Amino acid sequence: MEDLLLKLRGIVVEVNEVFEKVKKLFVDELGIEEDKVTMEAKLEEDLDIDSLGIVEVVMAFEDEFEIEIDDEELTDVGTVGQAVNLLHSKL
Amino acid sequence: MRTVLVTGGSRGIGKAISEKLGQTCNVAVGYSSSKEKADEVVKTIKENGGKAIAVSIDVTSQESVEQCFESVENEFSSIDILINNAGITKDNIFPRLKQEDWDAVVDTNLTGSFRTSKRAVKNMMKNKWGRIIFISSVAGISGNTGQANYAASKAGLIGLAKTISKELGSRNITSNVIAPGYIDTDMTSFLNDEQKEDIIEQLSIKRVGKPEDISNIVSFLCSDESEYITGQVFPVDGGLTT
Repeated sequence: MEDLLLKLRGIVVEVNEVFEKVKKLFVDELGIEEDKVTMEAKLEEDLDIDSLGIVEVVMAFEDEFEIEIDDEELTDVGTVGQAVNLLHSKL
Repeated sequence: MRTVLVTGGSRGIGKAISEKLGQTCNVAVGYSSSKEKADEVVKTIKENGGKAIAVSIDVTSQESVEQCFESVENEFSSIDILINNAGITKDNIFPRLKQEDWDAVVDTNLTGSFRTSKRAVKNMMKNKWGRIIFISSVAGISGNTGQANYAASKAGLIGLAKTISKELGSRNITSNVIAPGYIDTDMTSFLNDEQKEDIIEQLSIKRVGKPEDISNIVSFLCSDESEYITGQVFPVDGGLTT
C-alpha cells in the first residue's frame, strides 16, 4: 500500500513538472498570460490558439522534451491537461 | 542584421543575389561543388564591407541541409531570409526523358526547396518574421521544349510557395516566386549566337537578361517594404510571357 502511494506521488510530481514546462512554453512561445494556462484550459477556446499555433506548440514540445509527436496522437488533445498527459506518457 | 541563405549562391543568378543582399544582410553563400567560386563571392561581399560565409549544402540530403543551417546559425543567427535558388537541368525531349533524369531534377529543384524551406520556417515562425523566395523559371509557367522535368519542378515551386504564403502569412512570413526568362548564366551558355538572336526576337526588351535583373527584385522582396506582397509569381523575362 505504501509503495503504491509512493508511486502515485511520484507520478503526481512528474506530471506537475511537465505542466510547469508546458506552461512556460505557452507563455514564452505564444505570449499567453500565465494565469490562463490551467490543466482545464481549452487550447482553442480558452487560450485562443489557432491551428498554426497548435503546430508551434507541438514543435516547441518536441524540442523541449526531445520527443516526436505523431499527428494521430494529437486528435484527442483539446486541453492543456490532455497535452500534459500525452507528453508525460511519452517521457 | 538579418541573415540570408542563398542556395546555389556561388554562380549565376545566385551569385548576383548573394552580392546584392550582402549590402544589407549577413550572407551564407550555399554551394554544392564550386567552393572556390563561393569563396570568391564571400571575398567580394567582404571587400564591400559586408559579412559572409561560404557553406556547403546538398539540397538532396536532409542531413546536409541540417548541417548547413547549424553552421549558419553558429556563425550568424537563425536564417531570416531563404533564397531557394539551387537548381539543375537534365534536358531531353519528353519521349526520350529518362526517369533517373526526371527524379534528379525534381529531387534537387522541388524537393530540395521543400527540405530547406521546412527547416527555415521553424525559426521564422518563432521570430514572427521571414522571407522565402523561390527562383522558378518561365519554363514553369509556359513549359519549354526539352525541359519537361525542369518545367514540372519549377511549376511545383509555385504551388509550394503559394501554400506557404497562406499557412504562414499570419506570422509575417512571406513567400514569393521569381520566374526568370533567358538570363545570361552558365545554365544558358550552351546557346549559340543564332539561338540567342532568335530568343531576343521574342522579347519586348531587346536583350538577354542579366543576373542583376533578378537580384534587384529579390532584394526588394526580402525587405520590410514588401511586407504586403506574398504568394505571387513575378516573371522577370523582358516581356517573354506577356
